[in-house]
Amino acid sequence: MWTPEVVQMIGKGIGETLYMTLLSTAFGYLFGLPMGVLLAVSDKEGLSPNPVLYKIMDVIANIVRSIPFLILLILLIPFTRAIVGKSTGSTATIVPLVVAAIPFIARMVESSVKEVDTGVIEAARSMGAGNGRIIIKVMLVEARTSLITGVTIAIGTILGYSAMAGTVGGGGLGDIAVRYGYYRWQTGIMITTVILLIVLVQIFQSVGMFLAAKLDKRK
Amino acid sequence: MSEIIIKNLSKNFSVKDGTVEALKNINIAVGKSDIYGIIGMSGAGKSTLVRCMNFLEQPTEGEVLIEGKSLGDYSKKELQKQRESIAMIFQHFNLLMQKSVLENVCFPLYIKKMKKKEARKKAQELLELVGLSDKKDAFPAQLSGGQKQRVAIARALACNPKILLCDEATSALDPRTTSSILELLKSINERFGITIVIITHQMSVVREICTHVAIMKEGEVVETGLVADVFSHPKSKVAKELIIQDIDVQSDGKLLATEYRIKHGERVRITFSENSAFEPVIANLILTFEEPVNILKASTKNVGGVAKGDMILEFKKDSTKKDSMKTYLREHGIEIEEAIEYVDT
Repeated sequence: MWTPEVVQMIGKGIGETLYMTLLSTAFGYLFGLPMGVLLAVSDKEGLSPNPVLYKIMDVIANIVRSIPFLILLILLIPFTRAIVGKSTGSTATIVPLVVAAIPFIARMVESSVKEVDTGVIEAARSMGAGNGRIIIKVMLVEARTSLITGVTIAIGTILGYSAMAGTVGGGGLGDIAVRYGYYRWQTGIMITTVILLIVLVQIFQSVGMFLAAKLDKRK
Repeated sequence: MSEIIIKNLSKNFSVKDGTVEALKNINIAVGKSDIYGIIGMSGAGKSTLVRCMNFLEQPTEGEVLIEGKSLGDYSKKELQKQRESIAMIFQHFNLLMQKSVLENVCFPLYIKKMKKKEARKKAQELLELVGLSDKKDAFPAQLSGGQKQRVAIARALACNPKILLCDEATSALDPRTTSSILELLKSINERFGITIVIITHQMSVVREICTHVAIMKEGEVVETGLVADVFSHPKSKVAKELIIQDIDVQSDGKLLATEYRIKHGERVRITFSENSAFEPVIANLILTFEEPVNILKASTKNVGGVAKGDMILEFKKDSTKKDSMKTYLREHGIEIEEAIEYVDT
């Protein structure tokens, strides 16, 4: 079973999985972080309450989050094709992954930012800081530990989604598990890919937690 | 001319069922370089009032004049600029927990876009002023309450303010630390001529450093004046109550304290050990001697299955039995010590 081709294929699968996961997380934060901050800021207890803006983002986030990822993947095929020119392979999978990740990330960022002590924000206001500075210099700094924990969770979830995308030709370890383990009855390969997925999640989790603890100055 | 003038100020908050009048027609004037105390019980509106002085809360009606100019006339940007000269410190210090002490002091300087190097130099000087230069690289979590408040004071002074607002700045501190922070505030007032407004519920704070005082009750200012005058001739009921409380707190026996203490009997702190807490020792004591004792404070904890606790007892005034009562308590395995420093809360 362990022919050089299989080993090479699994190696490539790991590469694709990492590529999809990390890029999707990065793009997810590119949009999800501002959205999360905006949600926290525009909420009624926020820095600059704006019920309309909050409600719009709130509804969008809920809609996207309630669509099962596999369905979203299929629904987005035309959109994906318009952006990357094709609908299969790992690059194409990044598009639905990012779409699914944005509201999820936004919600986590929102809750992290809302945890910041209102007293510190008030102190910054009393010193003449405007909202922009409060967001960048106070909220995001004070929420750092919680935000990093959020990134760790996001990576784990997106990794899981990327494996799911494998079932419809998305590439990566999930793709291998389905093609070999399910269609060809090669249980050994399937188990190997599953173990590799577990190891990857473990590594990200440990690194994330280590960083979060290291950067937390509250103790 | 007064530094701060509050004119016919009212503040309403809308809540679920209607509005709450937090402040009702407040008029006060704080002179330059005064240390002005605003005292009242919790819920009297003093924290809201102090937040109106830098427009963290916008008054519903009335005006706040700082050096003759109304804060309400400023644009948002101008107001932010103005806030640099009205610094504030808080009960819970409100430091950036993820930043070092030095960076915390630099923070207001960064807001006004001072260069990093320059800001650090200035912050370093301020930390020396508050006696914390050796802690510059520490993080707030590693500091005691008093040290945190010193950092907050250094931070407040960073932009050379004309006014310093203190919102219950010593309420989270023990009495000794409170005194040291008050001394620091006083020295800052003397050295830089900064006008200080102190919000507190402790009359002792007002007594120790304020020159003027306003007494608040249920959103209204009921009495204002020089601290010395208010202490010797309190007019309002609240003022009298606050002064009585304060005297009770004092341990050095100044002012009317002795006179007041005569009305009370001797106080002792007793500590339960072993199984004494399971017996009704105090009840038995009262039954045995047929004389009541007053329990001023009591707490019991279960520590590893053993009930431990302490109580402050007050014997009857001029009690003749108190010595034998003490002996009785000791015989029942209870430790006794004097409790002169007991603080009424």
